[in-house]
Amino acid sequence: MASSNKSSSAGGGFSDKMKNMTDTNLLLTITIVVFFAMYIGAILFQGKGFLKPQTFFNILNANAALIIVSCGMSIVMITGGIDISVGGVTALVSMCCAVYLDYKGGNVFVSLLIALSIGLAFGAVQGFLVAYLDIQPFIVTLAGMFFARGMTTIVNSNPFNVQNEAFVALKNTRIVVPGMGSVNKLGKYVNAYVEIGVIVAIIIVVLFFCILRWSKLGRKFYAVGGNSQSALMLGINVRKTKFLSHLICGLLAGIGGYVYFLHVGSGAPSHASGMEMNAIASSIIGGTMLTGGVGNIIGTFFGVLSLSTIQNIVSSAGFEEAWWTGITIAAMLCLFLVVQSIVMARKKRALKVKVD
Amino acid sequence: MENKEIKKKSGTAGFLNGLFRRQIFIPIAALLALALFNLIMDPSFFRVNLDYSSTGSLVLSGNLITILDYGSELAILAIGMTLVTAASGGQDISVGAAVAISGSVIFRVLCGTNSRPDTLRTPIFVAFLVSCVVAMIFGAFNGVLVAYFKIQPMVATLILYTAGRSIAAWINNNELPIISEPSFGYFGGFIPGVPIPTPFFIAVACMVIIALVLRFTNLGLYTQSVGINENSSRLNGLNPTFIKFLSFVILGLCVAVVGLIKVSRFSTINYSVVAKDIEMDAILAVALGGNALSGGKFNMAASILGAYVIQFLTTTLYKYKVQSDALPAYKAVVVILLVVLSAPAVRNYLSGLWKKLKAGQKVKEVA
Repeated sequence: MASSNKSSSAGGGFSDKMKNMTDTNLLLTITIVVFFAMYIGAILFQGKGFLKPQTFFNILNANAALIIVSCGMSIVMITGGIDISVGGVTALVSMCCAVYLDYKGGNVFVSLLIALSIGLAFGAVQGFLVAYLDIQPFIVTLAGMFFARGMTTIVNSNPFNVQNEAFVALKNTRIVVPGMGSVNKLGKYVNAYVEIGVIVAIIIVVLFFCILRWSKLGRKFYAVGGNSQSALMLGINVRKTKFLSHLICGLLAGIGGYVYFLHVGSGAPSHASGMEMNAIASSIIGGTMLTGGVGNIIGTFFGVLSLSTIQNIVSSAGFEEAWWTGITIAAMLCLFLVVQSIVMARKKRALKVKVD
Repeated sequence: MENKEIKKKSGTAGFLNGLFRRQIFIPIAALLALALFNLIMDPSFFRVNLDYSSTGSLVLSGNLITILDYGSELAILAIGMTLVTAASGGQDISVGAAVAISGSVIFRVLCGTNSRPDTLRTPIFVAFLVSCVVAMIFGAFNGVLVAYFKIQPMVATLILYTAGRSIAAWINNNELPIISEPSFGYFGGFIPGVPIPTPFFIAVACMVIIALVLRFTNLGLYTQSVGINENSSRLNGLNPTFIKFLSFVILGLCVAVVGLIKVSRFSTINYSVVAKDIEMDAILAVALGGNALSGGKFNMAASILGAYVIQFLTTTLYKYKVQSDALPAYKAVVVILLVVLSAPAVRNYLSGLWKKLKAGQKVKEVA
């Protein structure tokens, strides 16, 4: 990595720089450019709605859980695996916490502990099966997803809102963002705000960005995903690393589940349906390669933002039927997968020419 | 001569050993276990009645007939899923959504924009053909992503898995058409005068076709060799990309058949519910058939039997008042058990244990 960075600073010209960029940086750049292009396009064509800071913060508020879950997903994908149980875990966490808070009259801290332990349990079991028994991650986590969804129905099959006072107070806590307010229709100045979940999400993004960038563990994730054979020869415990990646993903799914619960304030079996798809899509749009070894948490963060921006654009452009969202996300995911595949093929060819 | 004697000596034990090794042993054992469980818990599970149906014809009913009926859908899907699994080493998780799409296409062709038509616009056969083409195009879409862009099958099909039901709703403008024509219900119900549900006959036809294809073409051989080692089969003159692509298109065809059965059952369609979680069952059928989910060798008969066993399990669970939304939890446990038991690490450990036991016995005998 270091050598290619050096050569990029030495080589002149834009195309040279493109060629010498590491995979991670190249895909990250594409993502960030796409996001800003889309947002500016939205401001230009859709009018003033997108110009208000609160529109942006609303995107954050609605997607804090997705950001957290996608971080976990990216980490698993960087090690070359995948985890599609996250949506199911989110639903199970919110249902269990809702039942605990409402029917059992529990307190908020214990419900947070429940969320974390559910996430960790899923992560540990799935990680063990994937890392130590060499079962395909997709099969294991597919079963995990169905198990979580089924369990959600077994715990309680009816959707309901949580009335617990302490929880509702926490849910309604708004953190004012200074200097970002706007004047509403009545001429009154309204402060821009974010929910607690957003703060949690940002802390997690920064934390895991640092871990992946500078810690030993982060480097191990990249090494295992890039080439598990050579990682093994370098003396890295590949199984343990894979296990840890699933454990972290499970934990983040638990936290994300709680943040989701905090945002919607209810439990329902249909909660977070399709969330695994959104998380995978965000990670891929954010430049994480499915083949492993390439990825970046900041990219994932922008991936979530791009995804939800395009959803906002689609719905404000008049395509309000629910099915358009699904189709747009799928189309976008498909586009980015193909772009990745082409970029990688070109890079490989360029590399071959160099070697020759 | 010596060899023969040794074989004779082993006798029944040898026969049993051979049976254990056969792949089809796994679904048979599962079937026997389930049947035994039901026999002990409640023998009336196996009762089959011959009654007059609401339309006035003699039909068979009972749990076994339900299994035969609904298991047939699964068996048809399992045929395609087995090929996809063997060729690409992954599974297609979009089959449920694709069934919704093909069902929706059938309604679109039959009804046009009128959601309560008195007469059908085209013969059912034409609608079925159109839905076949559409389903094969969606199969081809998955196939292109997997084979040409080299995306992992499950991620590539995840695209259609999310978008599929939306597309299905979009095809019919989110209306819920109802067809009153009685002959439309034959495919998922009963043909007058025949007491056995039609899906079973359709499944048998599919099985015969696939058996003939596997017997008289090289499809099976090529699929297996691509699944076992893509590079060496390419060096041997096969085209792995095309074979992977072909397996997805064949699955598309199976999906269209299931789509016809599904919409024919109720003569209407609910986009978010039709064929829900069927992908899980189809994958489970392949796994239960003892096929490696990582691709390579496959056994079609075992997969098909596996499909009926899965339906047996589902019907049994329903009988004990398990909610339909909670079913996946139980099935997920079965999947995990199956894949854990078939994982190489566990197998090695178990066979090591078995050898140790045998060695221990021998030492005892010597002593």
